Amino acid sequence: MTGAATSGEAVLSVRDLTVRFGTKRGPARVVNGISYDLAAGETLAIVGESGSGKSVSVLSLMKLIPEPPGKIDGEVIFRGRDLVAASEADLQAVRGNHMAMIFQDPMTSLNPVMTIGHQLTEPMEHHLDLSTTDARTRAVDLLELVGIPSAARRLDDYPHQFSGGMRQRVVIAMGLACDPEVLIADEATTALDVTTQAQIVELVQRLQEQLGMAVIWITHDLGVVAGIADRVLVMYAGRIVEEGLVDDLYADPRHPYTLGLLASLPKPGADRPETLFSIPGLPPDPIVLPPGCAFWDRCTYRLDAACRSDVPELRTVAPGHKVATHYDITAESP
Amino acid sequence: MSDTAILQVDDLRVHFPVRSKGILRRHVNDVKAVDGVSFDVQRGQTLGLVGESGCGKTTTGLAILRLVEPTSGRVHFDGRDVTEFDKRELRAIRKRMAMIFQDPYASLNPRMSIGSIIAEPLEIHGLVPGRAARRNRVGELLELVGLSPDFRNRYPHEFSGGQRQRVGIARALATEPDFIVADEPIAALDVSIQAQIMNLMEALQDELGLTYLFIAHDLAAVQHVSDRIAVMYLGRVVEVADRVTLYEDPKHPYTKALLSAVPVPDPVLERQRRRVVLEGDVPSPIDPPEGCNFSTRCPDRFEPCTTIDPSLRAVGTSHEAACHLYDGKRR
Repeated sequence: MTGAATSGEAVLSVRDLTVRFGTKRGPARVVNGISYDLAAGETLAIVGESGSGKSVSVLSLMKLIPEPPGKIDGEVIFRGRDLVAASEADLQAVRGNHMAMIFQDPMTSLNPVMTIGHQLTEPMEHHLDLSTTDARTRAVDLLELVGIPSAARRLDDYPHQFSGGMRQRVVIAMGLACDPEVLIADEATTALDVTTQAQIVELVQRLQEQLGMAVIWITHDLGVVAGIADRVLVMYAGRIVEEGLVDDLYADPRHPYTLGLLASLPKPGADRPETLFSIPGLPPDPIVLPPGCAFWDRCTYRLDAACRSDVPELRTVAPGHKVATHYDITAESP
Repeated sequence: MSDTAILQVDDLRVHFPVRSKGILRRHVNDVKAVDGVSFDVQRGQTLGLVGESGCGKTTTGLAILRLVEPTSGRVHFDGRDVTEFDKRELRAIRKRMAMIFQDPYASLNPRMSIGSIIAEPLEIHGLVPGRAARRNRVGELLELVGLSPDFRNRYPHEFSGGQRQRVGIARALATEPDFIVADEPIAALDVSIQAQIMNLMEALQDELGLTYLFIAHDLAAVQHVSDRIAVMYLGRVVEVADRVTLYEDPKHPYTKALLSAVPVPDPVLERQRRRVVLEGDVPSPIDPPEGCNFSTRCPDRFEPCTTIDPSLRAVGTSHEAACHLYDGKRR
């Protein structure tokens, strides 16, 4: 546990990040002003359902979304520089080097017609100025680090020659190729079976301890989050609705959405409720967001008149615990 | 117990031929997708079938409905052997056995209205004659799954994943089946929607007396909806028990590993628990290991495991496991 980030030790500071996409029906407001700090060595989980803006928010940190139709505003301060305002050349120097990303689907994030060795050495030759021989040596080391047996022999294999779990290990090795300060894992274990997921989660945690990098873990799986995160951001309709240390958030969720998500999970074990709690309705359309709280029409609390008209600001309710509601709930609320 | 079993699966096998390249396409080997699966499902109950991708759980479900042809084995539905049915008998029995599919985006024809999708089984089986009567029945079915009857003229693209899955359930219920195979019915849905669909399925079971075979890889969800659970690995059932026993007293090392790998949404528990992290990958179903299928990855492997194939045997009250640890071979 590294604890909450203070601005002094933050490796990454996101300020008022906004992402919109132009569509035929009008602008889709996918990320609507999110701010957070990431501390060195910390694991920050961003949770939310499909369409909550969690993936777009991290893709836009390195400007990995097409502009247009996308439009990124706000600040992403990394290594003393604002990446939103940075030139393409400066971004190239950051991507895969100081900040790297592991994508969800290892079959589409690896090039099927290039050998694993080629794909692993490419960023090293580009960013670290290694010779081909040195890069291959490092590639073998990395494959061994992520637990691929007989790594030297497998360097000249193609992605289809690996199983799903092994492919995801290769993708992780690529992410680690240049010793990044920040590793972003976007649903990195979602496509995998639970036993493989357990292997990958353990691997990333071990590597994080060894290499001291900060990890942003994007997922919709609140079980995985409970096991890996130091701190959690809950996103809904492009905003952070709750932020807190993992223990506080699970023990004392303060946003009706977080509370609903946690209550709707079946818990393994003997006692089961007759029916699971379920959040009624559907997330809003990002093109026609409501004027007030985006969760309003699904919320069972909405007790304050302002819920309908004003977007609630993220406010501190306990040390390191923030929530965006007009009405303050606790675990004991009705 | 078997006198109330609506479905009895006995030594079911589904092998897909692997053919050589070239003109002759000789039959060189088999993918043993399902390789000797046996279980009973009691009337009005839910049997959960869990396992990881490639373990044969979906093929088992399809073979029970004869949507793929079993290579060998018996499937008794209500006392009659489905594997011996001719086309006409099969058509008649399919009124009583329905399926809910995983992907609500792929399982609904995008060019058919919701009303025609749900009415199709009624037409095929000649169940509700007359357009007006069918229209009414479609309306009833939509209401049953929590959708407005006014949706009947809309098309699948107008609906969210959860709503589409409700349409898929309404279609499955159209012929008033007794038994439904639900193949990963919640896997493609968001967390907050998964609970809605599980609650709907349970409410329908109570209301209509349905029997479910609930196929899923999500052990927490399976444990929530099932009465009994069968765990599959590489084409075999390795353990069967009621939901509480399976969780509290798992016997097979694979079940133990699977349970320990399921993430629990509780940070305190997550820090305390000890994971059994399995090594390696699932072997190929073309060339499964000698002896026990799980022996290549098993942390408790001992001498007979690599030579003798363990059979499913009782390890407790209505609790069976296929493992040499429990059949007296271990001294």
